[in-house]
Formats: sequence, structure tokens, C-alpha cells
Amino acid sequence: MELNALYYLIPSLIMFACGVYGFITRRNMIAMLISLELMLNSVDMNFVVFNRFLFPGQLDGMFFTLFAIAIAAAETALAIAIVVNVYRANNDIDVRDICKMKF
Amino acid sequence: MESLGSIISYVVIALAIVIFSILAVTTRKILRAATYLLFALFATAAVYFKLDYEFLGGVQIAVYAGGIVVLVVFAILLTTHPGDNSERLASRSRRLGLVAGLAALAAGAYSLLTRCELLVKAPEMSNPDMDTIGTAMLGSGHGQYLLPFEAVSVLLLACIIGGVVVARKR
Amino acid sequence: METSAILILAIPLLMFLFLGLAGKYLPHKWAGILGTLGMGVTMVLAYTVAFEYFFSGNSLFIDADGNRLQHVVFNHDWLNFYDKLSIRLGFLLDPISAMMLVVITTISFMVHLYSNGYMRDHHGVWETGFQRFYAFLSLFSFSMLGLVVATNIFQMYIFWELVGASSYLLIGFYYTKPSAVSASKKAFIVTRFADLGFLIGILVLSFYVGFYSDGNITDAFTFTSLTSVPVDGVADTFQVSEGTAQVIRDLFQNSAAPMFMGASVLTWALVLIFMGGMGKSAMMPLHIWLPDAMEGPTPVSALIHAATMVVAGVYLVARLFPLYLMAPAALDIITVVGALTALYAAMVACAQIDIKRVLAFSTISQIAFMMVSLGVTRLDHSVALGHEVHEGLGYMASMFHLFTHAMFKALLFLGAGALIHAIGSNDYTAMHGLRKYMPITHITFLVGCLAIAGIIPFAGFFSKDEILTACFGHSTVWAIWMALVAGLTAFYMFRLYFLIFWWKEHKVHDEHHAPHDQPWTMTLPLVILAVVSVFAGFVPFGSLVTWNGHPITGSGFLTNLENLNWSVAAISLIIAIVGILIAMKMYKKENPLPEKMRNALPALWDWCHHRFYWDELYQFITHRIIFGLVCRPIAWFDRHIIDGTMDAFAAVTNKASYAIRGFQSGNVHMYVWIYLIGAVLLATVTMICVL
Repeated sequence: MELNALYYLIPSLIMFACGVYGFITRRNMIAMLISLELMLNSVDMNFVVFNRFLFPGQLDGMFFTLFAIAIAAAETALAIAIVVNVYRANNDIDVRDICKMKF
Repeated sequence: MESLGSIISYVVIALAIVIFSILAVTTRKILRAATYLLFALFATAAVYFKLDYEFLGGVQIAVYAGGIVVLVVFAILLTTHPGDNSERLASRSRRLGLVAGLAALAAGAYSLLTRCELLVKAPEMSNPDMDTIGTAMLGSGHGQYLLPFEAVSVLLLACIIGGVVVARKR
Repeated sequence: METSAILILAIPLLMFLFLGLAGKYLPHKWAGILGTLGMGVTMVLAYTVAFEYFFSGNSLFIDADGNRLQHVVFNHDWLNFYDKLSIRLGFLLDPISAMMLVVITTISFMVHLYSNGYMRDHHGVWETGFQRFYAFLSLFSFSMLGLVVATNIFQMYIFWELVGASSYLLIGFYYTKPSAVSASKKAFIVTRFADLGFLIGILVLSFYVGFYSDGNITDAFTFTSLTSVPVDGVADTFQVSEGTAQVIRDLFQNSAAPMFMGASVLTWALVLIFMGGMGKSAMMPLHIWLPDAMEGPTPVSALIHAATMVVAGVYLVARLFPLYLMAPAALDIITVVGALTALYAAMVACAQIDIKRVLAFSTISQIAFMMVSLGVTRLDHSVALGHEVHEGLGYMASMFHLFTHAMFKALLFLGAGALIHAIGSNDYTAMHGLRKYMPITHITFLVGCLAIAGIIPFAGFFSKDEILTACFGHSTVWAIWMALVAGLTAFYMFRLYFLIFWWKEHKVHDEHHAPHDQPWTMTLPLVILAVVSVFAGFVPFGSLVTWNGHPITGSGFLTNLENLNWSVAAISLIIAIVGILIAMKMYKKENPLPEKMRNALPALWDWCHHRFYWDELYQFITHRIIFGLVCRPIAWFDRHIIDGTMDAFAAVTNKASYAIRGFQSGNVHMYVWIYLIGAVLLATVTMICVL
């Protein structure tokens, strides 16, 4: 048995599907954020796997993942700042309660 | 032909990814969800190590598992009252979520399986050493990443300021 | 020399900037003293420069045969458009610019000095905006000086507009008074409209020079080249070099060739340029701004409307005179316009009540004298009443009259200012019999009146006599016409004089508040200008200022007296004295004669008093015809079609936004779904396309 790219991509795909499911079903903003991280992570993993199996001589996929991690960190920090702010305003972080900014 | 140890470790990692991902999105306790996310991220880091990207695996653990998850946990502790469970999902909403997740799964699986012959290929393992990574990150030539590096650093600065401004007490 | 030249322009400009920016923080008194000192220094520098030009005998300024030369002190590229057109700013010294430097700085200094006294009330309280007033005066002096020393037509145009703008500021100085605001707007709009002609004239000339002849526009419009255009064999002394002269000759002969509506393009361009001059010099029918501009403070009237701005038109024609000589039709138009304006203004001046209005119309009339004098100048030898007339006499006479008129008209305006300041009204019916109360003002005003009436030996006599001689040399009709206008001038000036100082005794209600002479800052300029008005006639202009630099008379002190054409002089003297005598008969003592005259010719009085209804005509044309028939349909089109189209766009956008704003529900899960469906669709489409 040989571990080819498919063996790594399928768990990643399942992880992504879980992220989609969680993002749609969850009402809690932090839980949605967690689902988002799952999706992002599975994509990162795909980059690495493709880099390793298809273009082993290059480092592009790895760097893409590296920068994506940095950007994810930034995005999470900001998102959590917003969540805390929303909590302060609503005393709640349910996503259905933050439609005050519509229109 | 893979060694038995390698196969066993693969099975463990793959199972961890699948199980912890599912648990992270189905548990009703938000703090547990964060913990499962942490484990899923660790499993991902293990994949990186297994694929011989040690630096990346380190970054994954340090930044993702060490930074982001801690941040998430803090936020949870700040915004959740102890003992809170998220409400039970209405079956309609869960069905919709399942449909969407399965649709994503199906689309991904279809595109993977139709390109199977491209992917069936033996890996060439080689761990990029720190010298190579550092040169590639801070060089400005072809296949080097100084400009994105700088852009990301400015973005991080903007994020720090933005986070301070948004969460500041008024 | 170059330093003085730069300083002459720089001091007023810097003074304007300084007083304009920092004046608010200065005490009133110091702002006045500073402004006056600045102008005094400028005046001294201008005198040195002019003295050096006329009398030093330097070979830069005068050649071995005694011909005066043009000298460019400096000339820098300012805007470089392309190799054939660059606009330069510089300093040109020639007889007329040197003469104008003296005139402008003298009058400006007198006005600066005089305003120290005039711009406050009887209790010594300063007018609001006193510092601003001095800043504007400096700006005006700067622009006028820049105009006269212009080395090329573009520089002249730039400063020409600057003069218009600064006169707008000065006329509208009392901007809280609606009449002053509308007067300043009127002055600006009318002169600006006239400047349109100037601009088009320049453009037409440059078009023909630049495109038809493939010549160098910059060179063509440099005055030193313009004056070297040789006219029919007459020596061209100002010539810079034979080569340039040849180029210019070719250029303008080419541009003279194309015809448009029966006249050459050169003639058209020159007439259009003269239109600019008509606006600034208040020639009919563009004179309407000047009487209204009397709303400004009286020193401003003296500066702008007596001595400097209004002669800019005369100066413009004199500057381009060699070109005008190539288009005699344009000169004929100038003569006709000038003669009509002179008569019209003199008639109107006889029927005005406001003393500043009388002086305003008298100014228009005298400027018209200068225009006529330029218009009748031809370079053929002619004969006037038995004496030979020197070629180019009219040009000299015009400049001479400009010089003397500046002096005595400034004197009259400043005298009128002193009267108004003492009485508090512009109306002569409030004055009457002031001679005992204000002796200095009385004597100096009398000197001014004698000078403008043309009584020997006052300044106006000599210059007016030269003008009449030049007219006789060209055409007897115009000469007699102008002689009559000169008689009318004497009449209306003395009518004003007698009505102010004689007529009947002044009624004084309270000894303490009796009118009296003004403080020294106001009387000193009067005395100085009166002395100048007495003696200015003896300046040997014929040897100093001529159109081509050739002296036409000797340079002794009594030259003007010796060279008099006595038959012309006798005519003008007799007419002037008759005018004065009639005025004396009618207005010296209170009597019913003027009333009878008015009742005998009611229509004439009405027309003159209402200035021949020019303002009403303009009102009719602008309001009824332009606003009513032209602008209203355009406004309708703009409001309903242009604006309507834009409003329709806005309305559509607005409606559409309202219609789709429901999509912006704020419900995050809805967004997620929409995004997801879109992404899946996109993926499907891509997959289908790839497979």
C-alpha cells in the first residue's frame, strides 16, 4: 500500500464539509468562527499536500500556507474583537441578533 | 511500499482529523468545540510533520494551536455564562446544514475522483532546511516572497490597531 | 539700474502682501505711514530711473544723433509654451514708459499721503479696513507699474487684468454699501467685456503671425520689435536690429493681407485691441462704468479715474502705435470714437449735480482728447493754419496731455475730496460760497480749473494746444469740433467752480462746525499738485517723448512757448475765455439765468442730466433682450433637459436601491446560503466546462 495524495486529501475534504455544516447550522458567533477555522485549515492542508506530491522541488504551497496562517491569525484576532464588542452591546453573541446594521 | 509504522500513524492521524472535525461542529458545549478544534489542528500539524514540512508543522502548532485557539478560548470565557449549552438544533436547520455539507463533500469528492490518475504518484520526501526557507521568504527574486511577507506584516499591524480600536471600552 | 527697476515693481507688491497679511495687527497710523513710505521710496526710484533715461546721455538710452532708444532692463522667460511662443516678464524703458513711471508714482504717492487724512472722520476715527485700503492701493500701483513697463503684449495683458481686478477691489471698498458693490461689479464686468476684445485681437494677430507666416510669436509681440516695424520710409529709430525688423515686417504684411468684411485682418485685430482700450479708458459706448465708479473713496477716484487706469487705453494705443500706423482705418475709428465721446461727456458734465460725477465726465472727455490726438496722427507732413505740422505731433501731444491731465485732474479730484470731507456731501447745492472757509482748497481748485480750461500759462493750455494743432493738421472738421469741446470744458469746469465757491454765501449754523481746510496730509498734496499744474506745461515734451525717438523740438525751458502755433493758440484761448465768461455770468451770483436756460431747453437738459439714457439702454439690452430672450430659454433648457436627465438618473438609482434593499437583511445565514449556492453553481459550471 502506498500513501498517495488522495489519502491526505480525503480527510481534508471531510474536514471542509464539517466546516460548511458547522458554519450553516451554528448560531453562536464563536462556534461559526471555529467552523471557519476548520475550513481554512483544510484548505491549508490541501496546499501542502499538492506541493509535496505534485511539485516537490518548489516551496510555493508551503509559503502560501504560511501566509494563510498569518492572515488567519489576524482575521481571528479582529473577529474576536468584534465579537467582544457585539457581546458588550447585546449581552449575547447570537448571530441572529446582529442585524441592526442592515440597510 | 510504506512501512507499517507509517501506515499506522497515517490511520491515527486521518481518524483524528475526521472524528475531531465532526465533534467540533456537533457538540453543544462551545468550550468543547474549541478543544476539539485544537485536536483537529494538532492532527493537521501531524500531517505536516509526516509530509516532512517540519517548520510548517511548528508554525501550525505555535500560531494556530497556541495562538488562535487560546484567543478563541478567552473569547468564549468572556462571552459565555458557565453551564450554557447552545440550543438544540431544529431538524430543518440541521437537514439544511447536512445538505450543504454533503453537497460540498460530493463536489470535492467528484473532482478528486475524476482526477485520480493525476494524484496517484509516489511522494518525494525532502525536508526544506531553514536556510532555504529563510532565503525564499526574504528574497526578492523569482519564487521568493519578500513582498507578500511585508504586506502580511503591514496587515498584522493594521489588525493590531483595528483590534484595539474595535474592542476598546468607550 | 536693474536693481532699481526690480525694486520699483517689488516694493508695491511686497507692501501689498505685507499690509494685506499683517495689516490687521498693525495700528492704523502705522499702516498708513508704512504704505506712504513704501510708495515714496518707489517714487524716488522711479524718478531716478526716469531721470537717468532722459538726461544721463548714456549711449544705452540715446544715440549719437540725439534719438532716444528703447532699452530692455531685464526680460525673463516666465511661461515657455513651445519654441515659438514663450511669455516673458520684463522691464522696458522707453520715453513713454519712463514718463508713465513718473506720472503713476507721483499721483500714487500723493494719493497715499492724502488718504492718511481723508480716510478718517472729523474726530480722527479711522475708517474700518484702513489697512486693507492701503494694501489695495499698493496692489493697484504695482499692477499699473507692471503694465507700463511691459516688454510684450502678453505681459501687458496680464497686468491689464490685474489693474481691472485691483480697481474692482478699490471701487468696492465700502462693500457694505450696495451702491458701491454694484458699481464695482459694473466696472469689472464692463471692462472685462472690453478686455474680451483685447484678447481676441491678440489671438487673431498671433494666429496670423504664427500659422500663416510661420513666424515667431514671441518676437512678434515684443514691443521692441513692434516699434521697429518701418512705416513707409519713415526712419525707424527704435529698431533693435535690421534682421528682426525684416522678420516683423514680413509677418505683419502677411497678416495684413487676408481680408474680412471689407477690412484687413490687421485692422480688425487692432480695432479689437482698441476695444480693450475703450473699456479701460471709458470711451463711448463702454463708458458707463466710470461715473458709477465714483462710489469708491475719493482718493481712489483720483488715482484710478484721473491719472492711471483710465489712461491705460491711451497707453495701449500709443504702445502699439507703429502697428496702428499700418492700418489707418483703425486710426480713423479711434478718431471718431474719441471725438464723439469728448462731445458727449462734455455735454453731460454741464448738467450734473454731483461734483465727482462732473469730474468723472470731464475725465472721459479729456481722455477722448488724447484718443483723438492719437487718431489724427499720420506720418505725412501737413499744414495747420499756415504753419507746418511736424509728423508725429499728435502722438507727442497725446502723451503730453496724458501727463498734464494726470496732474491737474488728480488735483481736482483731491480738491473735491477735501470739499466732500468738509461738507459731508457730494452735492454742490450743499456747498456754495465756500471760498472764505477753505482758502487753500479754493486756490488749488481754481488752478486746476484754469489748467483744464486751457488758460496760458497753465499746464492744460500747452497740451491742449498741441492736440488742436495736430487736429488742424489732419482735418479741419475735427479740429473745430474739438475746439468747441474745449470751450465746453472751460464752461462746465467753471460752472462747477462758481457753484462750489461763489453763487451765494455759505450758511453756517454753528461757528464751531464751519467748514475749514483739511489737515496737512490732505492740503500738502493739493499744493504740490497745484504747483506742478502751473509749471508742467513747460516740460519740453517734444524733445523727450515722441513716437519714434526723434526729438521734434528743442529742449529749452521756453521751447513750448516758442514753438506755439499762435493762430491755433489764439483760437483755443478765445474759446476757453468765452466759456469761462459765460459760466461767470451764469453762476457767479445767485440769479435765475440757469433756471431760465433749463426751462428754455427742457429736452436737452433732461438728456444731459440723465447721461443720454445710456444706462437705461444698457439695462434694456441686458435685462430685456439678453436675460429675457436669450438666457431664459437657455435656463429652461438647463433646468429641465440637462438637470432633468441627471435627476432621472438619480431617481432611477434611488428607486432601484429601495427595491433591492430587502436583500440587505443583516441575516448572516442568508448571506452564507447565497454565497454557498453561488459558489457551488460556479464550481459546477467550471466543471462542466472543463470536462
